[in-house]
Amino acid sequence: METIKEKRKKLTGSKAMIQALDQEMSRDENIFVMGEDVGKYGGIFGSTTGLYDKFGSDRIMDTPISETGFIGAAVGAAAEGLRPVVELMFVDFHGVVMDQIYNHIAKIPYMSGGNIKLPIVILTAVGGGYSDAAQHSQTLYASFGHLPGLKVVAPTFPNDIKGMLIAAIRDDNPVIFMFHKTLQGLGWMDQIDASLGPVLEEAYTIPLDKAKIVREGKDVTIVGVQMMTVQALKAAEKLAEQGIDAEVIDLRSIKPIDKETILKSVEKTNRLVVVDEDYYSYGITAEISAIVASEGFKDLKAPIVRLAIPDIPIPYSRVLEKYVIPDSKNIIDSVKKLVKL
Amino acid sequence: MKHTYENHLLWVYRAMKTSRYFEEKMEKAYLEGKQPVFNIGAGPVPGEMHLSNGQEPAAASMIVHLTNNDTVTATHRPHHQAIAKGVDLKKMTAEIYGKKTGLGKGKGGHMHLFDPSVKFSCGGIVGAGIPHAVGAALANKKKGTDWVAVAFIGEGAANSGAFHESLNLAALWNLPFILVVENNSWGISVSMKNSTSVSSNDIRAKAYGINGYLVKDNDPLEMYRISKEAVERARKGKGPSIIEIETYRYLGHFQGDPELYRPKEEVPALRMKDPIVRLKKHMLLENMVISGEIQALEHEIFKEVDNAFDFAVHSEYPEPEEALEDVFC
Repeated sequence: METIKEKRKKLTGSKAMIQALDQEMSRDENIFVMGEDVGKYGGIFGSTTGLYDKFGSDRIMDTPISETGFIGAAVGAAAEGLRPVVELMFVDFHGVVMDQIYNHIAKIPYMSGGNIKLPIVILTAVGGGYSDAAQHSQTLYASFGHLPGLKVVAPTFPNDIKGMLIAAIRDDNPVIFMFHKTLQGLGWMDQIDASLGPVLEEAYTIPLDKAKIVREGKDVTIVGVQMMTVQALKAAEKLAEQGIDAEVIDLRSIKPIDKETILKSVEKTNRLVVVDEDYYSYGITAEISAIVASEGFKDLKAPIVRLAIPDIPIPYSRVLEKYVIPDSKNIIDSVKKLVKL
Repeated sequence: MKHTYENHLLWVYRAMKTSRYFEEKMEKAYLEGKQPVFNIGAGPVPGEMHLSNGQEPAAASMIVHLTNNDTVTATHRPHHQAIAKGVDLKKMTAEIYGKKTGLGKGKGGHMHLFDPSVKFSCGGIVGAGIPHAVGAALANKKKGTDWVAVAFIGEGAANSGAFHESLNLAALWNLPFILVVENNSWGISVSMKNSTSVSSNDIRAKAYGINGYLVKDNDPLEMYRISKEAVERARKGKGPSIIEIETYRYLGHFQGDPELYRPKEEVPALRMKDPIVRLKKHMLLENMVISGEIQALEHEIFKEVDNAFDFAVHSEYPEPEEALEDVFC
C-alpha cells in the first residue's frame, strides 16, 4: 500500500484531465483533440493546458465556431480509425450540434449492426453557481442520458476524472465526458476542497458504469452527481453531528447507471434522497426513483425525496440562482424530515 | 432634430461615447468583490462580462439609420449595440446587476438583454441571433412595411451553420435584412486567420447573390456611409447585404481573460487609432461642432450613465421565489 501512496500526487480536476490526455496521446498517436480554444489557450476550463506546446497543432487542433462541422467530422475521423477527443466548451452549446450527436454518433454503431465503431469522446463543461445565466449554466445530464447509444459520465473527484477519462478514450463507444467547472480547481472560480485530490501518477482506468460510495452510513442514502455529491457530503457531516448517519453515493456514470450500488444501499438504509443539478422533470432524480420504486420497493420505509432544479431556465441574479440550485441546507432539511417518517 | 449629416454624426458620437463611458464604468464595477483574487462568481456583477470597448463604430454608425420599428439582434457582447438602439439604460444596468427593476427582472443578465419596446435582443449562443433577424425581416416584408432587421455578429459566427442557412434564406426571399460582421480579429483566442477560409466575410455575399461591403480600419464615417446605402436598399426592397467592419477588441474576450494568445503590442497600437477620438477630431476640424458643444454633450452622457448605475445599485433584488415566475405566460 505504501508504494501506491507514494505515487499519488495532489492534482486539481483540470490537471487530472490534462494528465489523462497527455498519457493517452503519448501512448496512441491516433488520439487527437479538437475544439474551440483548446490550443494556445489550453481550453477555457483548463482541459488541455500545455498540450499544444507538447503535441503541436496537428494533434491539438483549434477549430472555428463550426460545431456541427467539427463534431460531425469526428464521426468520419473515428470511422477511419482515429480516436477523436472533441471539446464543446459548454454543454449548453450542444443545441447547435445535437443532430450529429443523437442521430449520428449515437445511432451509427447500432444501425450498422455493430460494423462501425465510433470511439469518440466529447468533453464538455457543465454546471452553474456563478451567475452565468440560462445559456451557460446547465448540466443537461439527463438530456444525454436519455439517448440510447451514448455512454455519459460525470465524475466528481480528480482521481475519478483521470481514470474515467482514460477509460473513455480507450472505450470503442462514443462517450460524453462531462466535467464540472467548479470541480476543475480553476484560479478564477470558487476554490473548493473537492477540486483537489490525490491522483495516481501512472495511467489507469476506472469503469464507466460504476457508482461509488463516498461515505458509508446506515440511516439514509443520498445519491448525488458532481457538485451535488459535494453538497451531499457537506450535509452528511452536519447530519452526523445530529446523530444521523447518511450514506453518500457519487453516481459518476449517468449512463449506464449503476443500479446495483443504489439498490444495495437502500436495502441497508431504507430511505433515499436524490440530488441533482439538472432539471426536475424526467431527470436523474426521476430515473433513480423509478429504479428504486420498481426494484427496491420493499426496502423503502418512506417516500423518496427528489431535489433538483425546478422546471425553469437557470436565472442570472445570484439570489434567484441560489434559490433554484439544491445545496447542503436543502439536503439537511429533507433528510431530517425523512428520518422521522 | 433635423436629420442632417452633422446631426447624424453627433448622434453617432453620442452613442459611441455613451457606450464607452458605460463600459469603462462597468469594467470597474465588475471588479468590485473580485480583488485581490479574481473570482468570476463574486461581487455585485457576477458571471461572464464581455465588453465592447473599441467596437463602437460597428453599432453606432449602423443604428443611426434605424428607427424603433427596425429590429436589431445582437451578440454576447451586446452593450454598444443595445445603447445605440436606445435600450433603456437604467433597466439595462439594473439587469446586469441582477435587480428586480432590470429588463428581465434579473433573470437574463448581461448576455440576455431584451427590450421589445425598441426591438432589441441579444443572446449567449454564437450565431443564434442571425435567423431571428431574418424572421423579423420576413415579418416586415409580409406586413408590407419598409422596416428592416439587422443582425450583429462577430467574425467567429460567420463559420457557423446558422450564418450560411440564414443568408441563403434572406437572399432567397429577398428580405430587408442586413448582417453586420464585427470583425475584431479574435474568436476568444482563435485568430480570424486560423478560423476562416476567406480574408473577409463580405466576399461570402457573392455565394448568396447579395451585396457585400467591407469597412476598413474601424472607420465610423465609412461605416456610416455604407450602412446608409445598405439600409436604404433594404427599405426599398432591393434585398439583403453583408457589411464586415474591421474593428478593435481592446479588452479580453471576457474580463479575466489572460490574453496570452495575442501580442502585447496589439492593443496599444489599436488604441492610438481610437474611433471615438477620430470622430471627435473630424467633427471639430470640419466645423460641424464646437468644442463647448462636445463638452456639454459629454457632460450629459456622464450624467445619464451615472444615473443608470445609481438606479441599478439602489434597486432591490428580486425575492428568491420570483425565480419560479415567467416560465409560461
